[in-house]
Amino acid sequence: MSAPALDISRPVTRSAPGERVSPLPLICTNCGARFDPDPAAICLSCLGPLVPEYDSARSLPDRATISRRAPSLWRYREWLPFVGTPSLSPDSGFTPLVEAPALARRLGVARAWVKNDAVSHPTLSFKDRVVATAINAARAFGLDVVGCASTGNLANAVAAHAARAGLEAWIFVPFDLELAKVLGTSVYAPNLVRVRGTYDDVNRLCAQVADSFGWGLVNVNLRAYYGEGSKTMAFEIVEQLGWRTPTAVVAPMAGGALVTKLHRGFREFAEAGLASDDLPRIHGAQAAGCAPIVRLVERGGGRLVPEVPSTIARSLAIGNPADGLTAARAITETGGWAAAVSDPEIVDGIRLLAETTGIFAETAGGVTTAAAVQLAREGRLRPDDELVLCITGNGLKTLDPLADSLPEAPVITPHLRAVAALVERRDGAAISHQPSAIN
Amino acid sequence: MPVTIALPSVLSRLADGNRAVPATGETVGEAVADLTRRFPSLSTRLVDDAGEPYPFVTYYLNDEDIRFAGGFGARVRDGDELTIVSAVAGG
Repeated sequence: MSAPALDISRPVTRSAPGERVSPLPLICTNCGARFDPDPAAICLSCLGPLVPEYDSARSLPDRATISRRAPSLWRYREWLPFVGTPSLSPDSGFTPLVEAPALARRLGVARAWVKNDAVSHPTLSFKDRVVATAINAARAFGLDVVGCASTGNLANAVAAHAARAGLEAWIFVPFDLELAKVLGTSVYAPNLVRVRGTYDDVNRLCAQVADSFGWGLVNVNLRAYYGEGSKTMAFEIVEQLGWRTPTAVVAPMAGGALVTKLHRGFREFAEAGLASDDLPRIHGAQAAGCAPIVRLVERGGGRLVPEVPSTIARSLAIGNPADGLTAARAITETGGWAAAVSDPEIVDGIRLLAETTGIFAETAGGVTTAAAVQLAREGRLRPDDELVLCITGNGLKTLDPLADSLPEAPVITPHLRAVAALVERRDGAAISHQPSAIN
Repeated sequence: MPVTIALPSVLSRLADGNRAVPATGETVGEAVADLTRRFPSLSTRLVDDAGEPYPFVTYYLNDEDIRFAGGFGARVRDGDELTIVSAVAGG
């Protein structure tokens, strides 16, 4: 009684599994069913999401041991989903934590820092973290082909990490993705496919592709291993603050996994005695044109209502976020809140971050910064707060939204008098100058 | 109204190995009910205790998420394709 035209399954081709790394077994977050390590993200019993199951009796390093290790995300390897030493992507992670006193003053908090994944190695976004773990899982499972559904940053990361590992890559993106993200993927020579539809359409297609072709799609069937890489952002924040937790964090939300994993990361370090039990209030940020998780937090309850995205923050434009429920839970459990900001506010947020910290973030970073301003205005940030903003991508990837908002640079003749005229004009203007960003 | 329900591989084993199964009904919910009548072990995988889809499972009627089209109450037409996929992480 089947319609065979729809069944395009192909036999899975795999190399001999890698020898250096054994991925952890999996457990269903919905029903608790346990499974052997496998490139599978959903429970055979209830279709619930799977996560790696760590051995609670495993030996954990102390602060001094971690501090002596190489500056990459693998310095926290006991909290990553493998037994053994990962061999691929050894140098992602451990991005700078930059103190931002001018931004702290603007937000009215005691201290502020920027966790700057805009300079992540090698593709300038936090997706390097999750791909580093996913690609080691792919190698361990002997998968010859990796891929992803992406809004851009993940496409860049999968293409780059796969190129370095010598794996074939199939990458699916919305057809109208920003040029910088298309070129920043194509340069690594993957099979890049532009899909006529939104990211949510791409996601649906990739769920079927992973199911039919047996490839390792990092955010589909390797999702259980992929997501764990995000925890390292929390680990690094704790270590770089001198083994302290901040009192508040603001992070962008697309699928909701980062907020979920930040919460888990802070909790795991507290459980290991490496940080205090006082978890930071986790605040989530979305663009108003795609804010299903913000609206879930505001509304309460347990059912997320998907949206059709319309925002310049393309990397956050996921209307049907897979981890939306768990992200909302992480926010409310920690006493945080969620903020949605308009497209003009996003641009202002990019400029405020740049003007106060010297860090140029992509639109997602503008969302995070503008959300922090909104949260401060609403009294949800406190004068004694030690705040960390999670900046997840580089501004050079999303230049278009800035094109009409920045002043055009003057063109002069190559003469000193022309410079003098500019200085004179600038000095006159400075008397009434107000910073262009959010007040 | 005969429609075709496309199942992910983890569910196809509970439908005699079929990845695509014909079903009848006037709405998505009726088509799913017809499917689970014939393959009862699919029932708890497709519908929660309240008779609604699980939050981590998405139903697409042709190319549209049924949550934009009335959920299980969305009407189906001859030849429609109902695709069931699990949630996918962000990208």
